[in-house]
Amino acid sequence: MNDGFLNTLGVGESGVVAGVEAESAMRRRLFDLGLVPGTAVTCTAVSPAGDPAAYLIRGAVIAIRGRDAAGVRLGGELWD
Amino acid sequence: MGLARERVVALAGNPNVGKSTVFNALTGLRQHTGNWPGKTVVTAQGRCTHRDRDYVLVDLPGTYSLMAHSPEEETARDFFCFGGADGAVVVCDATCLERNLNLVLQVLELQSRTVVCVNLLDEAGRKGVRVDLDALSERLGVPVVGASAGRGKGLDELLNRVEEVLDCREPPKPLMVRYPPAVEFAAATLTPLLGRRLKGRLPARWTALRLLEGDGSLLDALSAALDWDPRQDGEVRQAVEEARADLARTGLEPAELNSVLVSALLRTAREIAQAAVTAQQKPEEDRDRRLDRVLTHRYAAIPMMILLLAGVLWLTIQGANYPSALLSDGLFWVQDRLTDLFAWLGAPEWLHGALVLGVYRVLAWVVSVMLPPMAIFFPLFTLLEDFGYLPRVAFLLDHAFQKARACGKQALTMCMGFGCNAAGVVGCRIIDSPRERLIAILTNSFVPCNGRFPTLIAVITMFFVGAEGGAWAGLKAALLLTGVIVLGVLATFQVSRLLSATVLKGVPSSFTLELPPYRKPRVGQVIVRSILDRTIFVLGRAAAVAAPAGLVIWLCANVTVGDMTILDHVTGFLDPFARLIGLDGVILTAFILGFPANEIVIPIAIMAYLSTGTIQDAEGLGALHQLLVDNGWTWLTAVCTLLFSLFHWPCSTTCLSIAKESGSFKWTALAVMLPTGVGVLMCFCVATAARLLGLA
Repeated sequence: MNDGFLNTLGVGESGVVAGVEAESAMRRRLFDLGLVPGTAVTCTAVSPAGDPAAYLIRGAVIAIRGRDAAGVRLGGELWD
Repeated sequence: MGLARERVVALAGNPNVGKSTVFNALTGLRQHTGNWPGKTVVTAQGRCTHRDRDYVLVDLPGTYSLMAHSPEEETARDFFCFGGADGAVVVCDATCLERNLNLVLQVLELQSRTVVCVNLLDEAGRKGVRVDLDALSERLGVPVVGASAGRGKGLDELLNRVEEVLDCREPPKPLMVRYPPAVEFAAATLTPLLGRRLKGRLPARWTALRLLEGDGSLLDALSAALDWDPRQDGEVRQAVEEARADLARTGLEPAELNSVLVSALLRTAREIAQAAVTAQQKPEEDRDRRLDRVLTHRYAAIPMMILLLAGVLWLTIQGANYPSALLSDGLFWVQDRLTDLFAWLGAPEWLHGALVLGVYRVLAWVVSVMLPPMAIFFPLFTLLEDFGYLPRVAFLLDHAFQKARACGKQALTMCMGFGCNAAGVVGCRIIDSPRERLIAILTNSFVPCNGRFPTLIAVITMFFVGAEGGAWAGLKAALLLTGVIVLGVLATFQVSRLLSATVLKGVPSSFTLELPPYRKPRVGQVIVRSILDRTIFVLGRAAAVAAPAGLVIWLCANVTVGDMTILDHVTGFLDPFARLIGLDGVILTAFILGFPANEIVIPIAIMAYLSTGTIQDAEGLGALHQLLVDNGWTWLTAVCTLLFSLFHWPCSTTCLSIAKESGSFKWTALAVMLPTGVGVLMCFCVATAARLLGLA
């Protein structure tokens, strides 16, 4: 389990969302994808250039650009 | 009952859950479904009849939520609020039900006459995921139907349940998500006030929550649709402000409310999923992750992508050879019979010339040259799409688009452009930001469409491979064609970048892209769909422009003004400029006359060289090569023709699409000038350099 931010996860590494600090439109978008505090996230792939990366979030794999992933703080507590 | 009005049913669902498949299966209306998110941007409607009742199904855009943070979500939400639907079907993906339930719960807040359709049950079964439909139905409080829409399973039952839900006098009492007490209390203080004003047109509790959230887009929609603007309504405005202040006193800032609401929705979704879904070890998921790791590998991913492209092109070139020759033999045999017929009827020579040697011959050329490659290329391409590879291409190429300050989804519209640039331009609707959408539209014709492949393949084969044929020649041609396409892709990046830095300045908007699970392509369906939806459509369009073009070309080559034909006048006039960019007057004329359809460029050039006044069948590429060389073609002419074929004005259909999608003459003109400018500049540089170096 990792602290730090979502964009620092390597392939295969996991973390739990603690908070989202993006600007409001992106924040809501990340919420809608299920990135609320307490959600477990695993990085499943990083594109050859290192950005974007793909994350397993609640059963779906979503590609997010590094700039946006940097707004997701990890180190939260897992739900139930 | 038979006279009852049609019932309107909204079809909602997350992107990529097979919603369009359900829609197609129910309505029979052919609508292309793609294995990538956000394909449906405008709502499609279709009719179906079940047990003598007529239904209108409205296929809403795929969304994860109804919180209205994107145009798709706003469309979907507004339809539920003001669209006058009698009921709804929410299509879910059984393999990741938990995430889908978020949307289900939001729909239930707005429309209680809802049936939940758990789709892709067969795929879930293979993944070891079991869904207890009864438990799910009990928890949600609405009917739940299991389906595998791809194989037509469960759809009849779905319609039965929809009928029941619409028929029953009292609507079902679905599960209501419990929000934190402070939020529920705040909403409860507003509901009586709102109930009086909404008069049942919208659920009061739902509206109260949105007002507390301060959802601006809803307020606009409300005042437009219900003629009631809560911002102008003093009593409501004051009550909302007080409720928000109360919430803030309990430590809940209005800005945080959205996060709290989403959390409550997701927690409820999780609880329900835990009760209704049993998942075993998921071998398929491991397989997907392994595949992803290979296909997005740091060093191997890009070469593999290019190899895959080369493979598809090789199969297309190699496979199209024989049927192309067969078709052309057959069609030209028919032409001879037509000639016989005209002679027997005693028709005048000009009529025979115009109709048979002009119209029919161009048509025959276009069909025999285009049909076989398209009938191979489109199904192969659709197979990759069905498999789920295209979103991975977007994933791999996103960095380049990001640097160009464009949208990663542009990779998808670029891929569509390989098939047909006009289709690619229309496909740009999947890009949300208007600035990024324009960039994608303006640069779409930088990748060669299927109509330009015949020209590229013929020139490559004649000048760089040799016409000896065989597998090795096919492979070499495929690799060279791949190189040409890669050049087009690189130009797309550069021009996108240029546009972002000049006329379309701006920062890239945020974007997220789902990488859907890999699916075993449904080969039979893919072939039928790609032949019906794409091949026939594109071919029909090409034929429609080729026929009149054939007439015009025949006239130009046969009507003389002074002592030369019109065609000779034109080619003579264009020749000096064309030589400057490494072409000649004939080639440039052929490109100009090929404006309606790029497929006829080579036939026009041949016709002009032979000056016999009709389009000739190249009797084998060897003879054609000789003809071109006799008319002064060198390797440099070939290279410049390749470059100019890759970069020149888009065809007429594409121009029309651009004008329609951009809604502006100015942008359409730019879309014409950009590739033309790049092409002229590139050809000029190559030709001048080669001449200065004494290479040609």
